[in-house]
Amino acid sequence: MAVASYKNHKTFWHRNRIAITPWLFLLPGLFMFLIYVILPIFQSIWISFYEWDGLSPKNYVGFENYLELIDDENFYTSLKNNIIWLILYMLAVPVGLFIALFLNQTVTGIRIYKSLFFFPFVLSQIVVGLVFTWFYNPANGIFAIILGFFGVEAPSILGNEDYVTYGIIAAGLWPQIAYCMILFLTGLNNVSPDQVEAGRLDNAKGWKMLWYIILPQLRPATFIAIVVTVIGALRSFDLISIMTQGGPYGSSRVLAYYMYETALSEYGYRMGYGATIATILFLIMMVYITFFLWRMYQQEKEGA
Amino acid sequence: MFPKPIEKSSEALQRTYKAILPIALFIWLLPLLAVMLTSIRSAGDINAGNYWGWPTEFNLINNYTDIFLNSKIGLYILNSFKVTIPTVLLTLTISCLTGYALAIYRFRVNMFLFFVFIAGNFVPFQILMVPVRDLSLQLGLYDTTTGLVLFHSAFQTGFCTLFMRNFMKALPFELIESARIDGISEFKIFRYIVLPLVRPALAALAVLIFTFIWNDYFWATVLVQGDHALPVTAGLQSLNGQWISQWQLVSAGSIIAAFPPVILFFLLQRHFIAGLTLGATKG
Repeated sequence: MAVASYKNHKTFWHRNRIAITPWLFLLPGLFMFLIYVILPIFQSIWISFYEWDGLSPKNYVGFENYLELIDDENFYTSLKNNIIWLILYMLAVPVGLFIALFLNQTVTGIRIYKSLFFFPFVLSQIVVGLVFTWFYNPANGIFAIILGFFGVEAPSILGNEDYVTYGIIAAGLWPQIAYCMILFLTGLNNVSPDQVEAGRLDNAKGWKMLWYIILPQLRPATFIAIVVTVIGALRSFDLISIMTQGGPYGSSRVLAYYMYETALSEYGYRMGYGATIATILFLIMMVYITFFLWRMYQQEKEGA
Repeated sequence: MFPKPIEKSSEALQRTYKAILPIALFIWLLPLLAVMLTSIRSAGDINAGNYWGWPTEFNLINNYTDIFLNSKIGLYILNSFKVTIPTVLLTLTISCLTGYALAIYRFRVNMFLFFVFIAGNFVPFQILMVPVRDLSLQLGLYDTTTGLVLFHSAFQTGFCTLFMRNFMKALPFELIESARIDGISEFKIFRYIVLPLVRPALAALAVLIFTFIWNDYFWATVLVQGDHALPVTAGLQSLNGQWISQWQLVSAGSIIAAFPPVILFFLLQRHFIAGLTLGATKG
């Protein structure tokens, strides 16, 4: 009976069910994502051609914001720091691998060790920032005490224009290494034991084994580790905000922080100029996003 | 297994390994241990410069009640829950639907939409900042927890769609085909056949999103101004300004702020790591 009535109702809906349903499922997600993520990207690029304080009417200025950027020393400081972040943050990948190799054993209690080593990643960057601000405190921070133990007087890391960025990056590396470590531990878990045995029979040991047999199998983990580290480096904002607020004298700014400062702080509400900086940051990130998507596309083609 | 299992090594090497483990862990967590120790010190110890020695008295209860009584941290934590829990629920609901659409149905722009979700998930926050703040102002959602919930849910949908889509794609497609032949409606297939099977993915995403959103600081500063809606990360930053050199309070505050995701992590560790390491094994 039910089947019969189903067959009689050859309505538009029934004929196109399979074609329409996915769009119904997509509707809420696509709507939210468009409103809050996709459209704002284009709006920001559009705003970058205006002078705007966020309240009064926008004033079209063409490429003026971009021209100003070319002569802006703060912009270059931020860009330079972004590059330092990108390069040094990459240390998280080999160090994470090293710790993963160190912990990939089966002695009693190793699971607790693994989760405690991973622990910093769960902490908010704000907490990490506060912890390290104090760690670096020249008067009584533990960093000063350790250096004092060797008879060296500790410089004020966060108060020194030459050291400050490195100090913040070190703080950022702490959770990032933990992240990479867990990726590699999972990867190591899935290394084929047969190949390792075969390698052993061929007398591969230590570095050789790591390089020729293990690392190729860790490629997916390495790829993800690099991707999340690059994104993490370019997103760096929280630590700078909590540890130095870009200081001293703006020497620890990165593009993300400089953008925020320009558009939304006591330094003024220059939304247009802020959007310009954001656009540059976005373009840098697009290089990585494109690379990532291209790789995913290759995989999808293979998988299909 | 690589490296070679330590049990197969000499007795001496095994002993050394087991001795190094706790030392390495101690050094690794040293900054954190220092903060824990400080959070139970007395103001007297701090003022006297006794930062690293044994505390003269243990002020565990004093310090922690102090921050709750004399600051708004309790309110900030409540706000964080008001942002985090609805975001987790909303994001999971939405991304189950999008993930299902992209995993099960073949249609022309499927791959394109999938890539849009992935790409959006990676963009720098700053490119969204001005328009999203403006939109929230216009909708009357600026300075409210709802405003944060809506933005976070939308943004996290990118990552969660990627996750759910890949998880659902790995399900046996015959299940859905045979249900279709039996004349079960598309929505019922989703609700009664697919949803029960993706429970592990939901658990993994729930823990992960909870942690991400709880720890968010940038959007909390951009979209919220007043104490009534300020989440604990941004709240801690403002308390840090008030508590200058009262390190015992800053430390206790940090530990309280870190607590909920930490508890969740230790309870649901397996799910957390499964979520985080998606893609680390295949592909």
